[in-house]
Amino acid sequence: MAIPQLLVHDHKDNVGVVVVEGLTAGTEMLCVVTHDNSDFKLTANADIPIGHKVALKPLKEGDTVFKYGEDIGKMIGSADVGDHLHTHNCKTKRW
Amino acid sequence: MALDFSNQSINAWRRENGRVGVRNHVVILPVDDISNAACEAVANNVKGTMALPHAYGRLQFGEDLDLHFRTMIGTGANPNVAAVIVIGIEPEWTKLIVDGIAKTGKPVEGFSIEQKGDFETIRQASWKAKEFVHWASELQKENCGLSELWVSTKCGESDTTTGLSSCPTVGNMYDKLLPHGLYGCFGETSEITGAEHICEKRAANPEAAAKFKKIWQAYQDDVIFAHQTDDLSDSQPTKGNILGGLTTIEEKAMGNLEKIGRTSTYIDAMGPAETPEKGPGLYFMDSSSAAAECVTLMAAGGYVIHTFPTGQGNVVGNPIVPVIKISGNPRTLRTMAEHIDVDVTGVLTREMTIDQAGDSLIEMIKRTANGRYTAAEALGHREFSMTKLYRSA
Repeated sequence: MAIPQLLVHDHKDNVGVVVVEGLTAGTEMLCVVTHDNSDFKLTANADIPIGHKVALKPLKEGDTVFKYGEDIGKMIGSADVGDHLHTHNCKTKRW
Repeated sequence: MALDFSNQSINAWRRENGRVGVRNHVVILPVDDISNAACEAVANNVKGTMALPHAYGRLQFGEDLDLHFRTMIGTGANPNVAAVIVIGIEPEWTKLIVDGIAKTGKPVEGFSIEQKGDFETIRQASWKAKEFVHWASELQKENCGLSELWVSTKCGESDTTTGLSSCPTVGNMYDKLLPHGLYGCFGETSEITGAEHICEKRAANPEAAAKFKKIWQAYQDDVIFAHQTDDLSDSQPTKGNILGGLTTIEEKAMGNLEKIGRTSTYIDAMGPAETPEKGPGLYFMDSSSAAAECVTLMAAGGYVIHTFPTGQGNVVGNPIVPVIKISGNPRTLRTMAEHIDVDVTGVLTREMTIDQAGDSLIEMIKRTANGRYTAAEALGHREFSMTKLYRSA
């Protein structure tokens, strides 16, 4: 099995995690859902560091972000499929 | 084929109270900060002993003083410790700690400095420490069950790779060993925030769930709100967490909880440095998410091996408990491999399953119990950090 560039915990998730170093914009990533080892392809829109998240669906301000199949926060900006998703466009709903 | 963990054994020290220890330390324990110098002098005089200097122990009161005593007594009582010299400025609190440790049946002797001075105290304590070292160094290891161990966990410098690889590795270990009689422990009260509703559901009974919820709520009320801040900005997630890709406290908490596996449930929720009282199984301990404080509290609770998943690379150790580091982040393995005991980067490349990663951690627990130095031990990481609840009088 080829080495994936992106791992996704759960099918409900709308973000995945980059698991390789030096990922560059335009890379067609092999993405694996760890829950059942199913895979799909997605193109990264930016250079994204290892450990950082990528949007799997188009997300707009106010949308809920799901990881581990759970609510981990809300969008405070927008992200297209393949965009970097982090503190610049996502935050907790708690505070 | 699945491995059988029901009757695996290790070579370790069986203590007077029946508990199994994996190290054989003779500890020189200061009751208070001003006794550190005498303890360090004794440890310098007598090789094979170890002083545990710390910052507190004077003019504490109430719950904070109880926690201080519990941490001191628990540290001395830990099965990784063969014998203890206790030194304090005055005799009464010194005796209180000596008597607490003596309940285990292990050799312990107290010395106080007032009306004697450092020189005379060091002289007397050094003679006794030398006697303890000769005695402890002849104690023989014996065959003990792997599942007789008490194994705690806490993660540090977490990132998104810990939730994908190293934390579920610990969870897999617990799912496999807890059914055979292992004692487990997780904690980090502030870090459960964001997943407290999920943690509550992982209790084995309603009493444990209620105790966990009460501890968690008290932290919110007494610490977060009492200090007039409405969030944990700049601290949860930490700057290191954010660099590693973690965005929200919920995301961090979900990854953290991967450490208790898929099937494990906790049977009780304890206060900091408390000792489990409900038999074998998994326990939640109210504790800071700061690595050294948390490991110190769990060691004082009686845990003899600590499993520590890290993403960005936390370097913490403990003076009496071997801390096994597990990481799945390939960059951390590339840049700071000297700190990592178990490499689970294969989980991210899909060349290793969580089941295989769990087996490799269990193998490292056995090797550590049998005597292998952890990376933290080899590098001299001996962080002994007391948790303080409020200002001294």
